[in-house]
Amino acid sequence: MNPQSRRVVLVGNPNTGKSTLFGVLSGLNVRTANYPGVTIEKKVGRLADPELTIELVDLPGTYSLSPRSPDELVAVEVLTGELPGEPDADLILCVVNATLLRRNLFLVSQLMELGKPVVIALNMIDAANSRGLKIDAQRLSENLGVPVFAVSASKRQGIDELRAGVVAALHEPPPVAIGKPLPAKFYEFSDDFSGRLASLAAATSGGVATKMPSRYVIERALLDRGGEAQRQIDRQLGADAGELLESTRKQIETEIGPLSELECDARYAWAKQKTDGVLGTASDSGHRATEWLDAILIHRVWGMAIFIGLMFLIFQFIYAWSGIPMDAITGTQDYLTSLVEGAMQPGTLRSLVTDGMIAGVGSVLIFLPQIAMLFLFLAILEDCGYMARAAFLVDRIMSLFGLSGKSFLPLMSSFACAVPGVMATRVIENRRDRFATILVAPFMSCSARLPVYLLLIAAFVPSVSYLGGFVSLSGLVLMAMYFVGVLVAIPTAWLLKKTLLRGEAAPFVLELPEYKVPAIGIVFSRVWEACKAFVIRAGTMIFAASIVIWASAYWPGDHTRRLELQRLIESESAEASEDQVAMWETELRAESAKLLESSVLGRIGHAIEPAVRPLGWDWKIGVGAVASFPAREVIIATLGTIYSLGGDVDEESEGLMSALQDAKWPDGRPVYNLAVALSIMVFFALCAQCVSTLLVIRRETNSWRWPIFSFVYMTGLAYLGALVTYQVTIRLIS
Amino acid sequence: MTTTLDQLRPGQSGQIARVEGCDGISCRLREMGFVPGEVVRFLTAAPLGDPLNCIIQGSRVALRGREARRISLVSPVPVDSSVAIASGMPQGLGEKRSAVDPIPV
Repeated sequence: MNPQSRRVVLVGNPNTGKSTLFGVLSGLNVRTANYPGVTIEKKVGRLADPELTIELVDLPGTYSLSPRSPDELVAVEVLTGELPGEPDADLILCVVNATLLRRNLFLVSQLMELGKPVVIALNMIDAANSRGLKIDAQRLSENLGVPVFAVSASKRQGIDELRAGVVAALHEPPPVAIGKPLPAKFYEFSDDFSGRLASLAAATSGGVATKMPSRYVIERALLDRGGEAQRQIDRQLGADAGELLESTRKQIETEIGPLSELECDARYAWAKQKTDGVLGTASDSGHRATEWLDAILIHRVWGMAIFIGLMFLIFQFIYAWSGIPMDAITGTQDYLTSLVEGAMQPGTLRSLVTDGMIAGVGSVLIFLPQIAMLFLFLAILEDCGYMARAAFLVDRIMSLFGLSGKSFLPLMSSFACAVPGVMATRVIENRRDRFATILVAPFMSCSARLPVYLLLIAAFVPSVSYLGGFVSLSGLVLMAMYFVGVLVAIPTAWLLKKTLLRGEAAPFVLELPEYKVPAIGIVFSRVWEACKAFVIRAGTMIFAASIVIWASAYWPGDHTRRLELQRLIESESAEASEDQVAMWETELRAESAKLLESSVLGRIGHAIEPAVRPLGWDWKIGVGAVASFPAREVIIATLGTIYSLGGDVDEESEGLMSALQDAKWPDGRPVYNLAVALSIMVFFALCAQCVSTLLVIRRETNSWRWPIFSFVYMTGLAYLGALVTYQVTIRLIS
Repeated sequence: MTTTLDQLRPGQSGQIARVEGCDGISCRLREMGFVPGEVVRFLTAAPLGDPLNCIIQGSRVALRGREARRISLVSPVPVDSSVAIASGMPQGLGEKRSAVDPIPV
């Protein structure tokens, strides 16, 4: 590592405005990655300084440093520099919520035991002041023995001073003040235990130096029964160490008191002592606005009504508002196609560019505005504090089918994308609850399904509106599709908890943060990240899939006559008679369709057609469903390529939507109707066609069993669901 | 019988006597501020009766009735006999806390 580079680790409780402060300090210079070997997300930014390269690492929000999950252990290891491949931290920047100072000092007291310089950012100082809470930062700094800076990240107050303070502390590290808030006797026991562990290790290893756990891990192992630190000692030093640990604990309990109460009592007493003379008048009721808003938003009747109304509005807006940017994208796509067609002679390469790349990727990219809109709403709801209320409102319902309100956030995120949703299940401590949530999360309608719904709804759901145009049938169908996943997820979760994952429901303890105006920066960066990921997916995976699909739909086949006809239509149509051009066009369509049927894709399609006929599908849809194994959106790209190559998308048509509306069976009946559209949508609502999700399930459950299980049962349910939907609807509408 | 957090009526407060258990969830409760001596105020229950929303050390925390039952309060509501207070005391800590009066609603 460069001698001039330093590493600052940002830690804090949830709801302290840590992300906002991270954004303010590091600007737009942020990259995200994973820690080596584990799936905990690492966010790294830079602090500007003329002399030093300062790396700012953001850790996930946490209430304490008692590692109770492998994740929390990683956070501790990042802080102590024990994680292999991670440089040691030079400074800990702890974000503290000024309105909840005393509780936040619990974490501060733990951080001060790590033996690293600590700087405290006393955030939300404006909120504390506006509530009449006076905090003497100077006095707090003197009491704690570490620098304290009062800031307001959202109002950009005190940021320059904080940045200067961090840089100064890096140039000239302040004396490390190791807090020892626990009774002195505990530290005697801990030192004694440490010495005995060392001799035990020396005796068993026969003189070979064994890596000893750090002082911090030893203390944590003594304090947390069944915690991660205990497991680490067991792993490193064996069962004898485990016995020694338990006997030391027993001694501590007889001489000092119950371990479970020892730490908290001591730390809160420490916090009380350190805030002595620091805190002015305290009000326990929180913010007036929060009280007022909660009276409505979690009200027995209004709370639920507003929750349902809000979800409803989001789907209506996503549907209604994104028409304009979508038209613009379609226009661009048509323009690009005509540019290519003007510049190139008909041939294989031109077909690859227009039919494969532009038709394939373009038909997916068109849904970018909706994706952005969905993430915008989710980010706003989460950042303003409503998401926690939603979890509060639905916890009872979730507990009915064996999950807890903790599963709500992962499941709600899965509406955007199952990959972060599955990763978000790590907040669920209970393994059975976590696995049940992981297995049903892919049922939540993710943004990749949205393109499928939107295309089919726009093409086949009659445009009827009610209540003076405010409520549209299309919006209602869209919302119904989102409910299908939920309706299937409920009994599935219940069944899983009754069979494979039997056991009690996990407890539910959740902080309901104060409401605040969402920070534009945070909301914007979430939307930006999501859009970037979507475009990259469209540009890589879907691009590659489009080319494979195009190639298998193009070959084998003799395209000479088709290309000649295309040339004739394009170059000679000015001189030739109208009848002649029409004849050429009819022949072109027939020729194209013939070539497509004899291609690799066509043959596969015909082979699987008997299996998909009961769902009302023709072979093209069947192929689309199979080809969309990498990602659900690929169905759109596949259909785009098939209809473009098959000659169904001609000069006048407006892309894929009208191609679908015009598609016919050989006997002239239209392929698509409402029943077929609904059957496709239900299939895609329930299927597991997403490699990324299956891979993240493999990673998070650490076994291939669960992703294979997910794929098999979801595909089975999808087929059944589509079958029932088609057979019922076709009887209703005919 | 001692009073536990789940027995409070909306708007009522009580001072925490102890948090039962030494498992992960009782530790989480303590970390979030439910420690002996602090005053907890029950605000409202969710529309279906569970979980409960309360204020502890200035922050709003939602927890289910099952968890709330682990939190016993010094001051029984309504104000009962001193027997209830004494029996709710953790051993050896009684003399420190029995002086605390019930917090008015």
